Amino acid sequence: MKIVTQKLTTKESLYFFEIAKGLWITARHFVKNMYFHIAHLYGKYQEVPAAVTIQYPEEKIPVSKRWRGNHRINSRPDGSPRCVACMLCETVCPVQCIHIIAGEHPDPNIEKYPVSFDVDVTRCCWCGMCEEACPVDAIYMDTGKTPEPGYSREDLVYHKEQLLKETPLPNYQRSLNTPGQGPMKANPMGL
Amino acid sequence: MYLDIIITLIKIAIVFGFVLNVAAILSWAERKQSAVMQDRIGANRADVLGFRIFGLFHPIADTIKMLTKEDWVPPAGDAFVHTMAPFLALFTALVVFAVIPFGDTLHIAGRDIPLQIADLNVGILFIVAFGGLGFYSVVLAGWSSENKYSLLGSLRAAAQLISYELALGLSIVGIVMVYGSIELDDIARAQGQYILGFIPYWGIIAQPLGFLLFFTAAVAETKRVPFDLPESESEIIGYFTEYSGMKFGAFWMGEFIEVVAVAGVVTALYFGGWQIPFVNNQGIFFPGLFTIPLPHVLIVLLQVAAFGLKVLFFCWFMLLVRWTLPRFRYDQLMAFGWKFMVPLALLNILVTGLFMYVF
Repeated sequence: MKIVTQKLTTKESLYFFEIAKGLWITARHFVKNMYFHIAHLYGKYQEVPAAVTIQYPEEKIPVSKRWRGNHRINSRPDGSPRCVACMLCETVCPVQCIHIIAGEHPDPNIEKYPVSFDVDVTRCCWCGMCEEACPVDAIYMDTGKTPEPGYSREDLVYHKEQLLKETPLPNYQRSLNTPGQGPMKANPMGL
Repeated sequence: MYLDIIITLIKIAIVFGFVLNVAAILSWAERKQSAVMQDRIGANRADVLGFRIFGLFHPIADTIKMLTKEDWVPPAGDAFVHTMAPFLALFTALVVFAVIPFGDTLHIAGRDIPLQIADLNVGILFIVAFGGLGFYSVVLAGWSSENKYSLLGSLRAAAQLISYELALGLSIVGIVMVYGSIELDDIARAQGQYILGFIPYWGIIAQPLGFLLFFTAAVAETKRVPFDLPESESEIIGYFTEYSGMKFGAFWMGEFIEVVAVAGVVTALYFGGWQIPFVNNQGIFFPGLFTIPLPHVLIVLLQVAAFGLKVLFFCWFMLLVRWTLPRFRYDQLMAFGWKFMVPLALLNILVTGLFMYVF
């Protein structure tokens, strides 16, 4: 082992000036931050932060426009899910977190619909492959949310009704080539 | 006779109420102040019925936690001594405040009430003696735990405390020489004089080097950063490894009480005690120019408030030091104590003596 010993200069070996320097830095931070903390109490200088802390459940970091968050199912104008239960997302999912039970749709043009559509976020790895695989743009990951903690595993399985209620993040940018909302992909069945 | 006892009891209630409350609030202030210094927010989550008041419930929550935890005594250890040690830590830290004057003599209803619990004529020796007794709690805690690492930790702590005790005592000698008394009330009164008619003759003016030495040694006596090798909660096994629950909490609170006590002693010896510059027992005055008379009770109240503010300032300053400096290595600590502090303290005595001889 190589031990490097650095000789202190005379001024440094007195400790006093170095300690005073250090105390000056911390005292300056203290006074500055206290000033803004007190100003915030009176509603002044709200735009200047007094601390770098983000108090997570109450405040959240704004996410990027292209950030993949929780899943969402797009709906048709009548409110039913766009999903046609083709099982492509369930197949492509690398961690098998999507479970779809298909049922026969009354409209013969549509053929199938999901009786249940569960996303198990305890398994999800947010790869976004389901979004890419979907031929009818039914599943999107543009809510900008992270899963909230739950008291049981069942709390962390998102069902069809929940996924339908979610809304996209405003100004979500689906890809680099199509800024903004971007047009939806062509729907092969004209729906 | 009875009235004297009642007055003394009231003074004890006021002083110890102040010390204990400040010590409890310091446990919150330490987290909060370190957070503000480091651009964070700090403890603010404990709430009662939705009220958080900046996290001020945290000391209460901590106390409830400590009181309800299991109180474990090592089966092979000495249960009696093991229980006594934290009490000793609390007691020695608290009792120092008995001799610190916190205000001028109050003349009320034909009575002279000295604002000091016990006007001992050996005030400074009392402080040094109880500061020295404090390390018994450390040694007893380590010894009675029947744990060799605790014992080693306590011996290390004792070695540190004894080393710095020496520098502490020697640095006070300068003050005793300058003011010619070891009675704290006399020292506080003597600090009401003025050099050249307008510079307050406080201890820091008369003994700048003595103040630095005393403050450094006093921080070492409180076992806080940069001299926190005895405890260093997270890294080194210290003397209270085998303590749990409120006994651990007593050591923890004892440390904060020591902070308040050191702040009180520093104020009394070096920062004019209860003196306010340019306020004497007549009112506000400027030497040779004018005097604005004030009622006696108001002046005394102002002086008590000034003493409290000075103590709070030094508590703040010690927290600032604690959250700024890194810890000494043990050999550095010993070398600093013996090869730097003690010779400087002796030099301080010599220089003080020369000055007193010449002028």
